[in-house]
Amino acid sequence: MNKIWLIIRREYITRVRNKTFLLSTFLLPIVIVLFIAGSIFLSVKSEEGRKRIAFSDPSEFFKPLVKNDSAKLVFVFDATVDTLNYTKKGFDGFVYLDDSVNHHFVLRTPKAASMGTTNSIESKLNEAYQNYQLQQAGISKIYLDSLKKASSAYFSVDNKGDDAKVVNAGLNYAVGFGSGILIYITMFVFGAMVMRGVMEEKTNRIAEVMVSSVKPFQLMLGKILGIGAVGLTQLLLWIILMSVLSISATAFLPADIMSQVQQIQNNPAIASNNAAQFSEGAKLIANVSNLNWPMIIGCFIFYFIGGFLFYSSLFAAVGSVVNEDPQEAQSLMLPIMMPIIFGFIILSSNLNSPDNDAMFWGSIIPFTSPIVMMGRISTSPPWWQLALSMISLIGGFLFTTWMAGKIYRTGILMYGKKASWKEMIKWTFRK
Amino acid sequence: MNILELQNLKKYFATQKAVDDISFNIAQGDIFGLLGPNGAGKTTLLRMITGIFYPDSGEVVFNGRRFDPINDTAYIGYMPEERGLYKKMKIGEQAVYLAQLKGLSRKDAMDKIKAWFVKFEMESWWNKKVEDLSKGMSQKLQFVTTVLHEPKLIILDEPFSGLDPVNANLIKDEIFNLAQNGSTIIFSTHRMEQVEEICNHIVLVNKGKKILDGTVKNVKNEFKENIYRIGASILPEDIQHPAFKVIRHQPDELLLKLTTGTKTNDILQYFISKNITVHAFNEVLPSLNEIFIKLVEGTKTARQFQEI
Repeated sequence: MNKIWLIIRREYITRVRNKTFLLSTFLLPIVIVLFIAGSIFLSVKSEEGRKRIAFSDPSEFFKPLVKNDSAKLVFVFDATVDTLNYTKKGFDGFVYLDDSVNHHFVLRTPKAASMGTTNSIESKLNEAYQNYQLQQAGISKIYLDSLKKASSAYFSVDNKGDDAKVVNAGLNYAVGFGSGILIYITMFVFGAMVMRGVMEEKTNRIAEVMVSSVKPFQLMLGKILGIGAVGLTQLLLWIILMSVLSISATAFLPADIMSQVQQIQNNPAIASNNAAQFSEGAKLIANVSNLNWPMIIGCFIFYFIGGFLFYSSLFAAVGSVVNEDPQEAQSLMLPIMMPIIFGFIILSSNLNSPDNDAMFWGSIIPFTSPIVMMGRISTSPPWWQLALSMISLIGGFLFTTWMAGKIYRTGILMYGKKASWKEMIKWTFRK
Repeated sequence: MNILELQNLKKYFATQKAVDDISFNIAQGDIFGLLGPNGAGKTTLLRMITGIFYPDSGEVVFNGRRFDPINDTAYIGYMPEERGLYKKMKIGEQAVYLAQLKGLSRKDAMDKIKAWFVKFEMESWWNKKVEDLSKGMSQKLQFVTTVLHEPKLIILDEPFSGLDPVNANLIKDEIFNLAQNGSTIIFSTHRMEQVEEICNHIVLVNKGKKILDGTVKNVKNEFKENIYRIGASILPEDIQHPAFKVIRHQPDELLLKLTTGTKTNDILQYFISKNITVHAFNEVLPSLNEIFIKLVEGTKTARQFQEI
């Protein structure tokens, strides 16, 4: 055991001190956050500047209805403007009456007008027209708003199901998908790292010297655990860095941009549903704290580690038979990646029906369970299913590690000859 | 006491019988040569001694007890023919790592490494990466990592390949030193002249079987062909005598093959009687190179693939 620890330490320290590791760990979150912040900033910026809209309304129909209360949009009633000269006169859009019988107005904008602008103009005009219609019908706007608020109080979703827990479908989706994707990415990235790590002894031709001091199994295990530790460290650092950076980035962005972000997000349709929205938000917060966080986090850790151990030993086995040819390595990686991808497909297509057959089997079989079970976790699957899944994952990684050990033992000493799948299976059963 | 005893070792691979019933003993303090053509089974044999491979049948007895791969590897140092070290790792650090894997404590390892580095004039290399070294330098380094933990049994597979004469001499001297200090050394090589210089006991294997086993002197005596060299200042062109046959005739020396039963003194007397001033006369033992070729020739030198 002492030797395994020595190997783990060496693998960990060599990689963590590497310049590439430090760069990718610290640079990547910065790049991502900058990218997101930058794109928000840019999209918002395009909305900046007051847009001046010219109105041609000879009947003066809209003039009393349209409220010029937005800082962004200014309606100017100018009889001299027409469709040909509105841009020259410095207007960003031109509204004119097309059909006075049906009160049909047309909004003319230059080709490059952004969706945000046209949407806000549209909604403003529609709002104005609605108000007009209400007025004609004799209903005041205030009365209408109070109706809407009341309706949301009369109708609420009861998805308690048979369990006494309230679960929000959207939240379930987020948690399941999020953890599934995280595990999916991890398997790929760190599995590949393990494979490359295992090839290191072969390319450096030190395999024989190492194997004369330690058992091949110890070497393999040391590498898997060492690289796993590096992966965990990198993941943790990323999470911490991303959180810190996102928080500080939002502090830096000017406040009105943030509110504009909100506006954009709300823009398309929900403009009038502000009241309803707030109660949804409150419900969401209530549901989040309703979720069984200790179990979710505990299971995440279990499946993360279990999935890593399961797949990294397969990657290690494959890495040990590769002969320094990177293409060979890639082609051998493919069969191992397929179950991972498959698990992800099961997850994403079945998230909203967590108890169907595909999800059930996907969450039990160790190849796909790390990803699929996390998708079911927030719906609290029956304990016996969870137990079955965990036991089979443990059994799974014990088996793959044992098998990988056998393949690794022969593979790392073989130079030049590429082992076929058949041969690899033979080695598993050799002494 | 025999530090190593190999008893009827067999190791068959899918395409051939790499080691086919080989047995021999190595006494403590020997400098032992393991010789053989390419593909003879030397590397497989060495890997069984170091615990990398397990024999299909037969026993390896180390220090009087059955070989225990887990614990006995601490007493063995192995420098394989396929040289290699972690290229991107720093030298000092790597030497410590390898020593620790052999069971040394960190402090012990550091002390010993420093001593060896001084001996080999490698002190300035401590923080360099292995990939920065030339081939000869990395071989010296690998030698150091092999013997650092003062193993009882040191196995060197082609240790001099790629070394210039100065460095080769350095390693050679170290080998003698180590042997004098009680280590046993197994030396596998094709360079017969080195074997003659260094080893005192040899085994020749071919096609998985042992074909020679004995001390260097005995082997040479076994294969001697009664050849003598006589050096004289003036040698007549045509020398004939029933007691010998002239194999080679050079201006100042003759190589003679004596017929069986002839006494060397008789030869000398003959030459003296001919008034030839003899200034050198000695037996020429066959070189191990010649013995090797003679024994191996005739068998197919390239490894053949067999049906198992």
